[in-house]
Amino acid sequence: MGLLKYFRQEKPKKGSARLAKDRLQIIVAHEHSFAARPSYLAEMQQEIVAVIRKYMDISSDDVKCEFSDKAEDDMSVLEVNVALPKHK
Amino acid sequence: MAKVIVVTSGKGGVGKTTSSAAIGCGLAMSGAKTVIIDFDIGLRNLDLIMGCERRVVYDLINVINGEANLQQALVKDKRISTLFILPASQTRDKEALTKVGVEKVIADLKADGFEYIICDSPAGIEQGAMMALYYADEAIVTTNPEVSSVRDSDRITGMLSSKSHRAELQLSPIRVHLLITRYCPERVEKEEMLSIEDIDDLLGIELLGVIPESQDVLNASNLGEPVILNQDCDAGKAYQDAVDRLLGIDREFRFVTYRKKGFLSRIFGG
Repeated sequence: MGLLKYFRQEKPKKGSARLAKDRLQIIVAHEHSFAARPSYLAEMQQEIVAVIRKYMDISSDDVKCEFSDKAEDDMSVLEVNVALPKHK
Repeated sequence: MAKVIVVTSGKGGVGKTTSSAAIGCGLAMSGAKTVIIDFDIGLRNLDLIMGCERRVVYDLINVINGEANLQQALVKDKRISTLFILPASQTRDKEALTKVGVEKVIADLKADGFEYIICDSPAGIEQGAMMALYYADEAIVTTNPEVSSVRDSDRITGMLSSKSHRAELQLSPIRVHLLITRYCPERVEKEEMLSIEDIDDLLGIELLGVIPESQDVLNASNLGEPVILNQDCDAGKAYQDAVDRLLGIDREFRFVTYRKKGFLSRIFGG
């Protein structure tokens, strides 16, 4: 065991830069999508829920607002998804 | 036309003040009247790096509050006749920095004939950092080849394009340059460090310069002599190249590839 451990420790940790870049790519892309969201999104979501609630029995978790503003697209997209309970 | 250039990074300790001092010196040496303003209220350090700490009498906040005029607060460099420092206050807090106050100081500096106004930003994204970047025409984002620094540089780049005077007035955006500091080609070769290409892929900012990791930077700060004044060292030369590029002169990138030392040079040095 000791000998095995010795050889493992000697092994140089090659390529940690690769992992650094991969991790950064993911977090940077995530933060960009978050930064692109308009600040009124949360409030608007609540108001949409309130309007739907006037007519249907839903909870705020049933409504999902997604805002996407990708550089390659011509326009920004606001996607509102409302999950309606069945037979109600 | 006078240019306001902010040296910023988000993360602390990556070389903003070192770079402000070196680039400010380089621009002044080209003959342009240059001032470096320290925006790090409460933690001033530019004066030490520039070696003029004993000649500071008034500061930026004194000028903003009308307790001193600009001429009283500006510290003239002893080496370069066209270079001036406007120190930060060591005692006030950063709330003393206001948009109106900073705008007036910059307008007065321009009226006084300054061609380059370098704003040395504090770390973080609070008041001091936001005020340092607010009136910028150009930005130098200082980045170490290291994950937290790259992430913060990306954040601050976002702020440059959304929270500045130019963004709010929908003028042409701030021209953003990337300055990579503490670069170590040997470690990049071993894939232990993010490469210039990696950082470029991640940030997508125009590359202004690459400063190699160097003992001479610490030496320079010990002496209070901006490292660009030491033209015998790699870091000094790399800063000079960056200044030249800022002035529109084409310079090839140096000190970015690792050459394995041969047997003889390892023994005899060089």
